[in-house]
Amino acid sequence: MEYDSRQKGIVEEARAFAAREIRPHAAEFDEKGVLPKSLILKLAEKRFLSAPFPAEFGGLGLDPVYYGRMIEEIGKACCSTRTLITVHTSLVGETLLRWGTPKQKSTWLPMMASGEKIGVFALSEPEAGSDAREIRTSYAKKGDRFFLNGRKKWVSFGEIADFFLAVARGEQGITAFIVERDFDGVKSRPIQGLLACRASHVAEIELDSVAVPEDNILGKVGSGFEYIVHTALDHGRYCAAWGGLGVAQEALEAMVRYARSRSQFGKKIYNFQLVQGMIGDAITRIHAARALCLKAGEMRKNKDRQSITETIIAKYFASRVAMEVARDAVQVHGAIGCTGEYPVERLYREAKILEIIEGTSQIQQELIAKYGLRKYSRHVNKK
Amino acid sequence: MKQKIRVFIEEHLAAREEGIALKDDDNYFELGFVDSLFAVQLVGFIQEEFRIEIKSEDLDLANFYSIDRIVSFIREKKND
Repeated sequence: MEYDSRQKGIVEEARAFAAREIRPHAAEFDEKGVLPKSLILKLAEKRFLSAPFPAEFGGLGLDPVYYGRMIEEIGKACCSTRTLITVHTSLVGETLLRWGTPKQKSTWLPMMASGEKIGVFALSEPEAGSDAREIRTSYAKKGDRFFLNGRKKWVSFGEIADFFLAVARGEQGITAFIVERDFDGVKSRPIQGLLACRASHVAEIELDSVAVPEDNILGKVGSGFEYIVHTALDHGRYCAAWGGLGVAQEALEAMVRYARSRSQFGKKIYNFQLVQGMIGDAITRIHAARALCLKAGEMRKNKDRQSITETIIAKYFASRVAMEVARDAVQVHGAIGCTGEYPVERLYREAKILEIIEGTSQIQQELIAKYGLRKYSRHVNKK
Repeated sequence: MKQKIRVFIEEHLAAREEGIALKDDDNYFELGFVDSLFAVQLVGFIQEEFRIEIKSEDLDLANFYSIDRIVSFIREKKND
């Protein structure tokens, strides 16, 4: 694999930053349901919120492989902090970078990089989750403006966002709009009592006759679903894949630490073969998940046309591994693992979220199966 | 050019459409021959295979819904 000392240094910096600024406070963030603004600004100052953006937009210019490794370091420490990067940097930032007009890019990306503006993705609705094409939020053109009406749900960081990449349907097809919080008719309401990632400021967004100027359309009118939504979800899945790997790795390290420190029946519990079985399985699963994440990253770097599918496979597998390893990490800890005294309890909850966001595991399975039904049947001899 | 496009599209036809004879002017989106990821995969393919830059103003299904439309789009972009 290509060695790049600058990018490797950034990943190491992210690891040190996470150890210093994030991990010691992750449980507190989760308990209070708040990711402090001061942390968001520190992330921005380090340019972690714009890591894959080119330098001209205030970014670090990380390639997909090193960006993924950076996400892993952040995701190991705190799911909510990683979620901020998923929505702000990957879902919105990278989609703007790909499909924004020169003016949109020069306007929004530097402000996103500096943390001055937080951008989030508003796709899901009360009646449109996995079936995203069935969104009911509507737009209608009047004069030179588009008027949006509807409700968006499960919007991560929606409570504190400065703008929303919101998807709506109208006569000319599904369209993506940059909706600024300051526009009249935008309201947000926090969603409380979530299983995990409670510092992700998840909100429901109400759009009541919100007037959006034409300049705030991302892509073309009618291109929102096929191009904008799928580009955003592709970036989001890539980020979630590495986030899953991070949760799994953190759970493994916690499992190993505890197995080496805890004694039962007169010896450290790592001596028991059934405990070793869980550790062995965790390591094997994580190595496999890492290989898939790295493969997807390399393919994205090389702009390989199959990178979208490989990213789906990596996201599906890494999130499943996160769940399995976190589950076994709790098991190795026993009763104390079911309390907040050790991080495995939080990691177990975080892992479940990863099997749902950016497409449930079952949606990923369907997409992977459809790919395989093509690739491994009639075209089997064409490579 | 047309043959390369045809091979790519046929590789991405849904399994249930096995054996269909795709015509050059068939709108595979309307016919439901492809899945929801296809449009963005097709854009990536055209960019890489034919070395053209696809911008946001090009994001119109009318440019991509049939083999004939893609050929016209690529020719126009090459002449830009």
